[in-house]
Amino acid sequence: MTVIESKAADPKLAEGKAPPSGLSEFWFYFSRNKGAVIGLVIFLIILFVAIFAPFVAPHSPSVQNRDMLLVPPVWQAGGNWGHILGTDAVGRDILSRLIYGARFSLFIGLVVVTLSVISGVLIGLVAGYFRGRVDTFIMRIMDIILAFPSLLLALVLVAVLGPGLLNAMIAISLVNQPHFVRLTRAAVMTERTKDYVVGSKVAGAGTLRLMFLTILPNCLAPLIVQATLAFSAAILDAAALGFLGMGAQPPTPEWGTMLAEAREFIQRAWWVVTFPGLAILITVLAINLMGDGLRDALDPKLKRS
Amino acid sequence: MTPVLEARNLKRDYHIPGSLLKKGKTVHAVKGVSFKVEQGKTLSIVGESGCGKSTLARMVTMIDPVTSGEMLIDGQKVDIAAEPLSSDMRSKVQIVFQNPYGSLNPRKKIGDILTEPLIINTKIPAAERRDRAMAMLKKVGLEEKHYSRYPHMFSGGQRQRVAIARALMLNPRLLVLDEPVSALDLSVQAQVLNLLADLQEEFHLTYVFISHDLSVVRHISDDVMVMYFGEAVEYGSRDQVFNDPQHSYTKTLFAATPRVDVEAIKARLERRKRA
Amino acid sequence: MSLLEIQNLVVEFQTASGPFRAVDGVSLKVDEGEVLAIVGESGSGKSVSMLAAMGLLPWTAKVTADKLLFNGRDLQAMSDRDRRKIIGKEISMIFQEPVASLNPCFTVGYQIEEVLRVHTDLDRKARWDRAIELFQLVGIPNPEERLGHYPHQMSGGQCQRVMIATALACNPKLLIADEPTTALDVTIQKQILDLLMKLQAEHGMGLIMITHDMGVVAETADRVIVQYKGRKIEEADVLSLFESPKSVYTKALLSALPENAVGGRLPTITEKLTDQQIFEGAVR
Repeated sequence: MTVIESKAADPKLAEGKAPPSGLSEFWFYFSRNKGAVIGLVIFLIILFVAIFAPFVAPHSPSVQNRDMLLVPPVWQAGGNWGHILGTDAVGRDILSRLIYGARFSLFIGLVVVTLSVISGVLIGLVAGYFRGRVDTFIMRIMDIILAFPSLLLALVLVAVLGPGLLNAMIAISLVNQPHFVRLTRAAVMTERTKDYVVGSKVAGAGTLRLMFLTILPNCLAPLIVQATLAFSAAILDAAALGFLGMGAQPPTPEWGTMLAEAREFIQRAWWVVTFPGLAILITVLAINLMGDGLRDALDPKLKRS
Repeated sequence: MTPVLEARNLKRDYHIPGSLLKKGKTVHAVKGVSFKVEQGKTLSIVGESGCGKSTLARMVTMIDPVTSGEMLIDGQKVDIAAEPLSSDMRSKVQIVFQNPYGSLNPRKKIGDILTEPLIINTKIPAAERRDRAMAMLKKVGLEEKHYSRYPHMFSGGQRQRVAIARALMLNPRLLVLDEPVSALDLSVQAQVLNLLADLQEEFHLTYVFISHDLSVVRHISDDVMVMYFGEAVEYGSRDQVFNDPQHSYTKTLFAATPRVDVEAIKARLERRKRA
Repeated sequence: MSLLEIQNLVVEFQTASGPFRAVDGVSLKVDEGEVLAIVGESGSGKSVSMLAAMGLLPWTAKVTADKLLFNGRDLQAMSDRDRRKIIGKEISMIFQEPVASLNPCFTVGYQIEEVLRVHTDLDRKARWDRAIELFQLVGIPNPEERLGHYPHQMSGGQCQRVMIATALACNPKLLIADEPTTALDVTIQKQILDLLMKLQAEHGMGLIMITHDMGVVAETADRVIVQYKGRKIEEADVLSLFESPKSVYTKALLSALPENAVGGRLPTITEKLTDQQIFEGAVR
């Protein structure tokens, strides 16, 4: 009996005032979610550090200092200010490697998301718009891809294509893409029958126009949210592949690869393993928090219009 | 004079595909309906949900094909199942939907919504498209400043005005109005009904007005058709139908419509006191 | 003593463009056995005020009132626990979308029984009998069989009957009907309104009818409150409201009814009225 109808809480329309602009309204809802704002700030810092890595990093990521092997971080006995987070087994500065590693992680995220969004949205749009056999065919293939544990499938693909960062990115995109297909298809199916689409049809709009200009822009909000989440998942998957020796190859300062290299020192030098792990954790967490905020900000908008 | 729209024994069946356990079946949504509308007149189609009036609207607007029967627009036979529609024919019939919140693309500005039909169907240059859209905005009682706003910035009544403007951009002969005022508030409803009357006079438009609200129908129609389970049970001029309904369903419908006159209220209060 | 008494109710929502006042100083009283209609267009705050009185608004809403009494008890001072005991039992509510107001996962019988289980101490058998009795009361044929049906197996009108049966399950003293027939066809609307009026008279309930439809007001109400943008514009008994409306706004509203049209055009006075004029022309 405690049903609250949504119409009760939609006072905006009744208002005489001019509605706020899209951006300020977006910010109002986004900033209500404190976690999202923190996530955004952290993400911006990581982005800044990645772009200006050569200026920010105290050392080169690949220069080995044979005098300084496994130096602990500065606050521990034996640490020094030259290497704030210590050095690894061949004397490379961990902080610098992490800073350069951020470049790889963000690059991987960007490429993977771009690839999987473009292919996923196209396929999903076709499936959702045409339905029938095309839809069944596409969705069964997607089901097959989803039926594999994603990391395992990525591993197999990389094993076939050969290890390396590019191949890892392609593999991760392929594994990620069914989520976008499903999401787009579902959104297209709900939008397709709405009056404004029928109205466009009555005005004479053709299939391509209906698909790309009428329907697609209205399906974007959930896709944006999913894209941020896929971004973090891609970073995580790439790190996992790197750890398993199938992603970026040493001496690339990729976080997952760094973890893999440091495996044997886990007992002796905790910092070699901990900091790359923390870097992955913080980045992924920040992006996920941001994604949550995006959902909060974009969803009410969907309902209103 | 040839009528703008003539329908002869229109039928529409839907086939519901069966599954392993169930046999597929056919639903007769419209079971043979005939009518005609002259230019500048309004035909109202009245009925309750599921009576087939919206299916009929979709056929007349050439969204769905007819299963059997003939439909003539300006004396010209149309069958979208047999041949693709020319853009000339397409422009002749336009539709306004019930829900003004769902009928405008939320991601497009009003200006783009209005000019879209012109882009698709004509080769009018951009500057003239803009001028025409501006002129139409003013016709439906909106202002030039609304041209570059998004639908969610408008009230329901204003959106319905935009929807009407869009339908008129191609200079149609026939406008199908699918419950255009039932989602609107009373005072806004009156404004939109007045607007429709003005536009009809100015452009010699022909209306097919679909509604469940008898008081609105009585106000706006020349002819009335009452539908019940896919059949037209009553068809005639407005006065004929309202003053002397023949079919028992029409009578039930009239009896169920709430009355707002003082006499009726007095009678009700009297009954209540006695009970 | 009135059944429900509200004085100076104010409801505010926090939105992107600052606080928004949905209800602005509304006062009303309902007596036992009385039918009060609250009529207004969208944005008039008619539903919000009732939801606020029952404490059913989301946390973004700020509700204040000088007085909020049900049967002499102060709803504001009461703990949530105590209030829940009253709402659903002594005050019931039915909504506009009957199909959406029922949980599609459970049979309608289960849903009625649930209400009885929460609010009464009847045993299983007695609850089942009561459910059958309620279904008979609201005119659903074959109650034994119908109780086992799911909402999607019933029509909108039947679902609204189930909602009414659920609302009446604990013999409420006050029933709030929020646009109960707006989603229904005219002939079904007639049946549901007749049913509501019959049950109201038999049980001597107070009934608050929230609606935008002047026809529904004319067919049901004893007393009417007209609201506009969160404020009360006019309060009168139904006959004098329709016979001789006092406020500018009510006059304009009634003249916009197609039934009252003279000639081809409808008068649209509200278009030219400013909010200022409407509020100043209010008769309270």
